[in-house]
Amino acid sequence: MQKQISILLLFFFCAFNSFAQDTLQEIKVRGNSKSLKKSYSVTANTTVLTSKELLKAACCNLAESFETNPSIDVNFSDALTGTKQIKMLGLTSPYLMITEENIPSVRGASQAYGLSFTPGTWVESIQITKGAGSVVNGFESISGQINTELIKPISDIPFFLNAYGSTDSRFELNAHFNKKISDKWSSSLFAHGNTRVSKNDMNDDGFLDNPLAKQINVLNRWQYTNAEKGWVSFINFRYMNDKKQTGELNFDPNRDKGTTNYWGSEINTERFDVSTKLGYVFPDMPYQSIGFQNAFNSHDQNSYFGLNLYNIKQKSYYSNLIFNSIINNTKHKFSTGLNFTYDKYGEFVNANDYSRIDNSVGAFFEYTYDNTDNFSVVFGGRIDNHNRLGTFATPRLHVRYNPWEKGVLRFSAGRGKRSANVFAENQQLLASSKTFDFLNTNGKIYGLNPEIAWNYGLSFIQGFLLFGKSADVGFDFYRTDFQNQAVVDVMQSPQQVLFYNLDGKSYANSLQVEFNYELKKHFNLRTAYKFYDIQTDYLSGTYQRPLQAKHRFFGNLGYETHILDKGKQWKFDYTFNWLGKQQLPNTSTNPVEDRLPEFSPSFSVMNIQVTRTFSSTFEIYIGGENIGNYKQDNVILGNENPFGPTFDASIVYGPVFGQMYYAGLRFKIK
Amino acid sequence: MMKNIIVVLLLTFVGFTAQAQEVKNKNAKVEFHVSGNCEMCKKRIEKAALSVSGVKSADWHMDCGTLYLITNEQKTDVLTIQKAIAKVGHDTDEVKALKEDYEKLHTCCRYERK
Repeated sequence: MQKQISILLLFFFCAFNSFAQDTLQEIKVRGNSKSLKKSYSVTANTTVLTSKELLKAACCNLAESFETNPSIDVNFSDALTGTKQIKMLGLTSPYLMITEENIPSVRGASQAYGLSFTPGTWVESIQITKGAGSVVNGFESISGQINTELIKPISDIPFFLNAYGSTDSRFELNAHFNKKISDKWSSSLFAHGNTRVSKNDMNDDGFLDNPLAKQINVLNRWQYTNAEKGWVSFINFRYMNDKKQTGELNFDPNRDKGTTNYWGSEINTERFDVSTKLGYVFPDMPYQSIGFQNAFNSHDQNSYFGLNLYNIKQKSYYSNLIFNSIINNTKHKFSTGLNFTYDKYGEFVNANDYSRIDNSVGAFFEYTYDNTDNFSVVFGGRIDNHNRLGTFATPRLHVRYNPWEKGVLRFSAGRGKRSANVFAENQQLLASSKTFDFLNTNGKIYGLNPEIAWNYGLSFIQGFLLFGKSADVGFDFYRTDFQNQAVVDVMQSPQQVLFYNLDGKSYANSLQVEFNYELKKHFNLRTAYKFYDIQTDYLSGTYQRPLQAKHRFFGNLGYETHILDKGKQWKFDYTFNWLGKQQLPNTSTNPVEDRLPEFSPSFSVMNIQVTRTFSSTFEIYIGGENIGNYKQDNVILGNENPFGPTFDASIVYGPVFGQMYYAGLRFKIK
Repeated sequence: MMKNIIVVLLLTFVGFTAQAQEVKNKNAKVEFHVSGNCEMCKKRIEKAALSVSGVKSADWHMDCGTLYLITNEQKTDVLTIQKAIAKVGHDTDEVKALKEDYEKLHTCCRYERK
């Protein structure tokens, strides 16, 4: 009997060996022909960008990887930080939950530049969810979630090399190494370096168009997979050091820092991250699993903008325990668990000390009903206790219905709450002569109250055949209603930034209409029109959110030749963006020469890229950004007198540098 | 070597039967063949299987026609599940669908009957 049982057990493990492996592999995004995937059967309005999509633009980092996608608007990098901010539903990244492998990554001190701290080549896929997200990762997301999956050591290739250079004198090098250590352990080492070596001033205003930069970024990750027992684990170590210098051409930090000789700025950031992930899938119940994530990071930014000093240090710890299972059968699934977050900030703005400790603990429960056919609903809720936000509930709802074939109707609603890190999120405003004034003092975050918003969304996609080729049309409408907002007011006076609690209304309406069509085999067209109505009641009246176009048009054409033997192929990509006029910050009381109109002009920007694959191991690409050479006029107000009252380098609504061309190569050992 | 393997296999089967008689597994892995053609069939077959109380998960593979189930043996048995699937028009190992149920299927779902 004893012997039989042991043999029986053996048999079971053998049988589940293959079974558990299947389950684990489902996590992987399969390499496939489609670069942008929209599902008709997923409940939330989620688009998946595969690594193939990321190659359509030679994206250097995460912020730049959304250029070929209409759901996300990429702003123009400003002269100061050189960083591209992203927006979804017209709201900037503080209102998005940005996670890396489901661990919140761009938050707190890293809010402004965090996306530029993940090199594009590390990314395996990106999931973009519009509207209220899942409750599993936290309560902060308001307008959407962006999750990035990095390349997994188990499926990585032994060696990858990417080199890039551009006419704005930016150079990048990415090298990936991978080793399968045993049948259970594998490890990857990713090394990234980028630099901008020479000073550019294409608009002759005496200021750099983009900062001198130097970044070193190293990630070492370990993966343990034991499919027989159902275990999978990741351990990541990461170090990043980023240095930027900008300002007047003649500015020399060693000589001029802290003086009024020349205006200049340096932003130096050092980060260290450790994260672990442990997942267990019950071998005899593949629908039941436990996940445990832990992340520690230390972020240290030292910076000055002219005579303004800004230093922020953040040490944070994040932990998440998730249990997934079913009720009766897989039509009824649930996830439940606990989160814990601890953030210790040391923040100094000039002589003011805003250091503080934030912590929160919360529990969540998310129920999913799926009739396995044409209807599913996700209902989630969480209760959190936060030392500044108090105890509060966060409900979220997603519904999907397929009324007929290839048609999908989705609805979502949810609440988000967050503390605004007003300096970290708006630090570009420090590059001006503006004074910073808080009109409220009773709240717990810089004297302000927490931000609370509700988001509702409705979307519909219909796929069909047009002249025998696949096409789809879609529209979505989202509304974000702020109950409270930490208003950042640049409409009052050109010499002031005011921060205060919303008094009145603030909302963001976003409408997107999309049409995608396969013109012929391997020749795809994507088009989108976007309408944003984002209004806030400021002290001086109701205005559209500054630096946000009300109308936008997006188009993308992608063409690939057939893959010949040995993998030879050409790929062509063209992206067109048209932006309507944008509300500009108030400059009406400045002297005439430092005054901007109330609205920016409308303009368009075009990018192209050509990739030549010589074999499955080697390819080169060349491309151009802003080939129409559009340049914003008057980027830096008061540039004649940078320490005078009208100086402002924060009003960037369009490209500063003009046209830019680049080339690069990718080499793989498989 | 070969002999050993046969003994192990034999013992396994003996063990399996013995075990099945002794305790009813709450997470029993069950698989059998279900006739069908397409994605629509997959949905229908899985839906029918899940409609049986005690079936926890169902996954029908279109390429080989095998239905993989995890069931609670205390609540249901293979025959009940196969009957439920036959009722929506799909033949299984033990239970064949009635002609009228088969004919209710969408034209693209009308698999070849043996």
